[in-house]
Amino acid sequence: MTITQDDLRFDPDRKLKVVGTTPIKPDGVDKVTGRAKFGADTHLPGMLVGKVLRSPHAHAIIKSIDTSSAAALAGVKAVVTRDDFPELPPGEFRDISSNCMAREKAFYDGHAVAAVAATSERIAKKALKLIEVDYQVLPHVIDVMDAIKPDAPILFEDMVTKGMDPAPDGPTNILQRKEFTMGDVDAGFAEADIIVEREFDTKPMHQGYIEPQACVANFTEDGQTELWCCTQGHFVFRTRLAAVLKMDISRIRVTQSELGGGFGGKTMFYAEPVAILLSRKANRPVKITLTRNEVLRATGPVAGTHSRIKMGMTKDGRFTAAEAELYFQTGPFTGSAFANAPQAMFTRYDLQNIRAVGYEVVSNRPKVNAFRAPCVPQVVFGVEGVIHELARKIGMDPIDLRLKNAATEGYKTIYGATFGPIGYVETLEAAKAHPHYTAPLGPDQGRGIATGFWFNRGGETTASLNITPDGTVTLLLGNPDVAGSRVSICMMAAEELGIPVDKVRPIIGDTSTLGFNRVTAGSRVTFSAGMAIVLSARKAIETLCQRAAMMWDVPEDGVVFEDGHVRPASSNVGDFEPLSIADIAKKATETGGPIAGHAEIVAEGAGPGFGCHIVDVEVDKETGAVKILRYTVVEDAGKAIHPHQVEGQYQGGAVQGIGWALNEEYIYDKDGRMENAGFLDYRIPVASDVPMIDTVIVEVPNPLHPYGLRGVGEVPLVPTMAAIANAIDDAIGIRPRSLPMSPPKVLKLIEEAEMSRDQA
Amino acid sequence: MDEMRYEAPETLDAAVALLAGADGDARILAGGTDVLVLLHSDMIEPGLLVDIKKIPELTSIAVEAGGFRVGAAVSAMELVEHDAFSKAWPGVIEGVKLIGSIQIMGRATMGGNLCNASPAADSVPALIAAGAIGTIVGPEGRRDVPVEDIATAPGETSLGKGEILVSFLFPPRPPHSGDAYRRFTPRTEMDIAVVGVGISLSLDDGGTCQAARVVLGAVAERALLVEAAAAALIGTPLDEAALERLAAAASAACRPIDDKRGTKEFRIKVAGVLARRAAQDALERARGN
Ligand SMILES: Cc1cc2nc3c(=O)[nH]c(=O)nc-3n(C[C@H](O)[C@H](O)[C@H](O)COP(=O)(O)OP(=O)(O)OC[C@H]3O[C@@H](n4cnc5c(N)ncnc54)[C@H](O)[C@@H]3O)c2cc1C
Repeated sequence: MTITQDDLRFDPDRKLKVVGTTPIKPDGVDKVTGRAKFGADTHLPGMLVGKVLRSPHAHAIIKSIDTSSAAALAGVKAVVTRDDFPELPPGEFRDISSNCMAREKAFYDGHAVAAVAATSERIAKKALKLIEVDYQVLPHVIDVMDAIKPDAPILFEDMVTKGMDPAPDGPTNILQRKEFTMGDVDAGFAEADIIVEREFDTKPMHQGYIEPQACVANFTEDGQTELWCCTQGHFVFRTRLAAVLKMDISRIRVTQSELGGGFGGKTMFYAEPVAILLSRKANRPVKITLTRNEVLRATGPVAGTHSRIKMGMTKDGRFTAAEAELYFQTGPFTGSAFANAPQAMFTRYDLQNIRAVGYEVVSNRPKVNAFRAPCVPQVVFGVEGVIHELARKIGMDPIDLRLKNAATEGYKTIYGATFGPIGYVETLEAAKAHPHYTAPLGPDQGRGIATGFWFNRGGETTASLNITPDGTVTLLLGNPDVAGSRVSICMMAAEELGIPVDKVRPIIGDTSTLGFNRVTAGSRVTFSAGMAIVLSARKAIETLCQRAAMMWDVPEDGVVFEDGHVRPASSNVGDFEPLSIADIAKKATETGGPIAGHAEIVAEGAGPGFGCHIVDVEVDKETGAVKILRYTVVEDAGKAIHPHQVEGQYQGGAVQGIGWALNEEYIYDKDGRMENAGFLDYRIPVASDVPMIDTVIVEVPNPLHPYGLRGVGEVPLVPTMAAIANAIDDAIGIRPRSLPMSPPKVLKLIEEAEMSRDQA
Repeated sequence: MDEMRYEAPETLDAAVALLAGADGDARILAGGTDVLVLLHSDMIEPGLLVDIKKIPELTSIAVEAGGFRVGAAVSAMELVEHDAFSKAWPGVIEGVKLIGSIQIMGRATMGGNLCNASPAADSVPALIAAGAIGTIVGPEGRRDVPVEDIATAPGETSLGKGEILVSFLFPPRPPHSGDAYRRFTPRTEMDIAVVGVGISLSLDDGGTCQAARVVLGAVAERALLVEAAAAALIGTPLDEAALERLAAAASAACRPIDDKRGTKEFRIKVAGVLARRAAQDALERARGN
């Protein structure tokens, strides 16, 4: 009998020894001592420095590139341009390739147009200045709503909008349209006593990881590529690099470093193929480390949006219908994952009638990338604002209104799945019961709440568990650890094997050590790799039992595994001292060889996650400054394997959302150049901007995971901006509908409200 | 390749000689918290860096003529930890304390803050409000100038080739004096002032304002000493009407630009708000001593 994923069901009666505790992370000490190796920490003998020349224009035809003087400079070992990239048919990989190195056109300020490898950084920089690019500058467009105006500059003359039948004639910047509907929206609105319809804007938000991308590429004489880089998915990088560079997948080996933050932003590569091509030409290893300026100008933010959201409700507070029209700014190439938004934005309410249409729009900004629950927080900013207004209209407590409309087990979602046991109601109830919700407020202070949902994901996952000769255990995992997954996976292995967690040591293998793993994203890894490791452990346990039976010379079904030991199943089997894993491992050579377990699965059964945020703000009415006074994140984790890691996710999501809500934005000059490409003026929050974020972990187990977990990486960001905007309304009587809610904008709202009050 | 030379002379004369004799771009290096940022972002490519931190005159704090003489290259942190100075000039310290973070303050200097000539420099408004005098030494000798005459425009100063700002002389404090600095930034720290206001004032025994200096930062090409704003306070008990006039005068003096850090409209409005708040802080301090 072989164990499969289907055998890994949640067992509510299981007594837990390790899961739910808070051991030190296996990677923790190296991180605090500075020993951990990040993207830029790989050094190879003879390594060159690669530097990228970037377009200073937001939109320009590249007529010619003359690299001869750069190539002639002493110390320059290779120069690459678009001519070095293989031709590809239109589609995903051509887009990826064209984003890494501009072809006919440069589409944004910062778009790569050439690169050099030289013996020093100084020489490389000097060489960049010697490259002559002849640009024909074109009119550009930055904002999503400007890009769909009839007279907007067009990025791709041949673009035909996908997902519209018939596709509209003429040039367009609308790349694609997707519609999701359920029920009868018109009938739903006809049933409503109250309808609120509003428009909202959000700005593109950079993932804000502290570690800039860095990579070292080594192309060898027999056509193999080794690549070291910081990535959220080295297997996915490998597949895409093979496609973009037209190589066999097996000839590329990608080794991931520790990750100094990713948040979705390191699911796609930028300089990596450039470094490989430079290395091939120079015949030496090449390292490229992006600067912060390059990170902000050329790596993905998440999409900015414009949305129109309409909801209907009966006068006793039942939602009857919801409708949304959503525009997502994606940069020049698709990548926004905007279809998440229409599917997730209303999902948590027991709505039967929904129509949500999304458009993905190109413009002259960097290609967007994933960021925690891609495209969902932006539109939830609107949805939860409309619901906030609906609650006020009927004078109902905002949590009560959400409870009244909460989806529960059995609800069929707009994306087709039917909810199993979910924790939305439990989350709302925990928020309502929290002392924060009823604490007194001072003058100019206000409180807001908002809620969010994320699907959570599974997918291809592999793992290997090896029992060493002394009975301690090593794990080989295939997903970069972006946020504490390693420790949780070790804990699940330790729980299965009945050994202390510090007897389990993990590494993350390079792409040649394991089968394919999907990228670390979507809150999938602790869930999926947890399943893979539990499966691996149970296979190893099966072997341990076989070996013990062999050592005792009893039938296999005469033994059981309990508390880290194989024991006789009953006294009938014989009177044997239990064998520890170490006892069995010691004899492994005599009983059939090393003992291991491995798993290659497509993890299924991810449990949806729900969260509710409570935030208090104080507004300085004379300056428009918004101070976050208190913040509580309440969220269903299914089961917190390592509660500190879960809390870290809750807190981090809220802090990133605070930045997005209050200050973060790209500032462009009239020529479409980014003016604030640094952390001084791209204002992510600093520690003193945020209070200690309080957390409440709700646990409604996911029955389809052996330890009941759901995934907690995305939801903590989803409601943040909405909650803060709702709190601002509570403080000053104005609900902002455009991000960021920065001091000048809030002050303007206050002044406008005063003026209209004076006129009235 | 053109290499950059680094020198760290131990006397003022040697430093002046190096700077005066350099051909090409020579830069003074104090804490380097501006210079290094400029170097790393390829904004400047000096052939010579002259580190002035080894020169005793530039790095000492002394009592002189009943006031303080503070070396231009004294680190911000050292100044903050100087009890007597902090007690005398809490407003200057408020400005100095806002320079970056504790790490940045360990390096940054008030001389660098002034000579970097950013209109948003945080220590400058209170420094000017204090009526400090800058002592400058160069190939032509020594001269004393009011600090408001040193920075002239973004990145530009009135210092000539080879000249070094050596120290600041802070005048003695009459009784019932107080100063304060307030700035507005979207973030609480690690941010550049959108508006800054430094105010220093003295009261008579009856609580009437005898003297005042009001300085606005980040609302023009350099910090502005606004006489009309001071006039709104002088001769008043800093009552509501006076504060109202102060705010209006401060706003009226602004000639800001729209940039990535703030809009004109916002800066003008907030300059008035902060002037009023800074005046209230300074008043409270003046009453307390
Ligand atoms: C992360 C960070 C945050 C910051 N935050 C702030 C902030 O909040 N507020 C703020 O005001 N500033 C801030 N700064 C800017 C900087 O720290 C200050 O301007 C600081 O006071 C500069 O002092 P310094 O000694 O480091 O100057 P340096 O970098 O050494 O020099 C600055 C300039 O002044 C010239 N110079 C220095 N000393 C003299 C002298 N004695 N005579 C003549 N010329 C001289 C130099 O040649 C150079 O042009 C920040 C900087 C960083 C890196």
